[in-house]
Amino acid sequence: MKPTLKKIYDWVNERVELDNLIEFMGKKYVPVHRHSVWYYFGGVSLFLFIIQVVTGILLLMYYKGSEDLAFESIQFLMSKVQFGWLIRSIHSWAANLFILTAMIHMFSVFFEKSYRKPREITWLTGMLMFFLAMGFGFSGYLLPWNELAFFATKVGTDIAGVLPLIGKPIMIFLRGGEEVTGATLSRFFGFHVAVFPGIFTVLLGVHLLLVQRQGMSEPMSFENTPAGERKTMPFFPNFLLRDLLLWLIVLNLLAILAVFFPWELGKKADAFAAAPAGIKPEWYFLFMFQSLKYIPGKLWIFDGEVLGILLFGVAGLLWMMVPFWDSKSARGEKNKFITYLGLFVVFYIIIFTIIGWIS
Amino acid sequence: MTENHELQPQQTKRDFLRVILGGSLLAWLGTVIYPILSYLKPPAQAEAEVSSVKVGKLSAIEKDSGTLFRFGSKPVILLRSASGELRAYSATCTHLDCTVQYRKDFGLIWCACHNGKYDVNGRNVSGPPPRPLDEFKVIVQGEEVFISKKS
Repeated sequence: MKPTLKKIYDWVNERVELDNLIEFMGKKYVPVHRHSVWYYFGGVSLFLFIIQVVTGILLLMYYKGSEDLAFESIQFLMSKVQFGWLIRSIHSWAANLFILTAMIHMFSVFFEKSYRKPREITWLTGMLMFFLAMGFGFSGYLLPWNELAFFATKVGTDIAGVLPLIGKPIMIFLRGGEEVTGATLSRFFGFHVAVFPGIFTVLLGVHLLLVQRQGMSEPMSFENTPAGERKTMPFFPNFLLRDLLLWLIVLNLLAILAVFFPWELGKKADAFAAAPAGIKPEWYFLFMFQSLKYIPGKLWIFDGEVLGILLFGVAGLLWMMVPFWDSKSARGEKNKFITYLGLFVVFYIIIFTIIGWIS
Repeated sequence: MTENHELQPQQTKRDFLRVILGGSLLAWLGTVIYPILSYLKPPAQAEAEVSSVKVGKLSAIEKDSGTLFRFGSKPVILLRSASGELRAYSATCTHLDCTVQYRKDFGLIWCACHNGKYDVNGRNVSGPPPRPLDEFKVIVQGEEVFISKKS
């Protein structure tokens, strides 16, 4: 280390004991096994989240969150502001990739049963962040105030409204009134840039702190391997450098997507125009949207729509609570049921997303 | 037992304090949460109650067409059949709040969001809509066409 840098380091170290931290980092090891590749998806999701924060702040420099100005401000950003199109495209693409990598991360943890004791809280915070990510997607979609966004928001908030008892108040709270108007835009803007990021940052802090404190989860087969035969890799610098290399690749991929497939702006929302043909929700809502289509309007005495939404709600809740009802994995035993359940969910999502996409 | 007896007055004192402090905490939470919840509830906007709207000249409305008009804060669809008959319905799909349109090729009212279909009488004939579209009255005075609420 250069003398000046050393001086600065010593000055800080004397006060906050950096040596301890470096020693801790040096002792951290990442297990190496045939499923190690999945460890990288959490890191990539983190990287994409950082990109969202940076590009989001940049977009805020020009975006105007009102019914009369939102669409025009993005038009201005895309056509007049230097690299405005790039920043917006990266924000949109990174949002979609984030949901994808977070999904892969979630499923890999699920199949490895890494949520088992003692990592229940890590799983819970992760799931909450995933739901928030969908909230980010839904609220951010409205902000350009275009035709597609307007009707997507109408349908999405109306779905919340069909729930018995609490539905109507929730819908009015979300819309800021009976209808989707400028009031809805203001609220969604607030959720998207203040409420959600605030909550997300706290959850992310807990999530990362737990990962550091408890170390990487080891696969169950690892526990039967004699200590001498377990392969590991130092986190610093070996794993971190691999992580950073992957981040670089993802950044390049983002740039390619943003340049060659720039995000469209569409037509400005008009409350008195018909919904455009071919309107569809974002891909990560498609499987639910498609499933709702197959439920008949009336099932015995129940409203089909309500039943469908409640069903998805219960399924999501059970999924989130898996560390608390999968007692087999918690005891370190193999649980085939969880694996089959996970496979069913993966195939269900893939098949219904494809049907929704082509129909 | 005797010890317990001695504790009795102490215990009631403690319970009393618990109720007082707990109650104050609840009251305090109430005074904080109530204004926030009220604040989040959007105020009722004084909206001019619209009972009828002038949509234009009869000659300007094409035969076999459907046009959207603004009726207060809601869209209304005005249909004119090939024979020249006029009908008006609420353009808000009864399924999930999207806005419908007239499809000449089907001769039906269609909602793009979930492929809901209504016939020219506003009846839900296919797809997810649970009930027919609300009907509006069409009044023709000379050349002028008006839409009004059904009483």
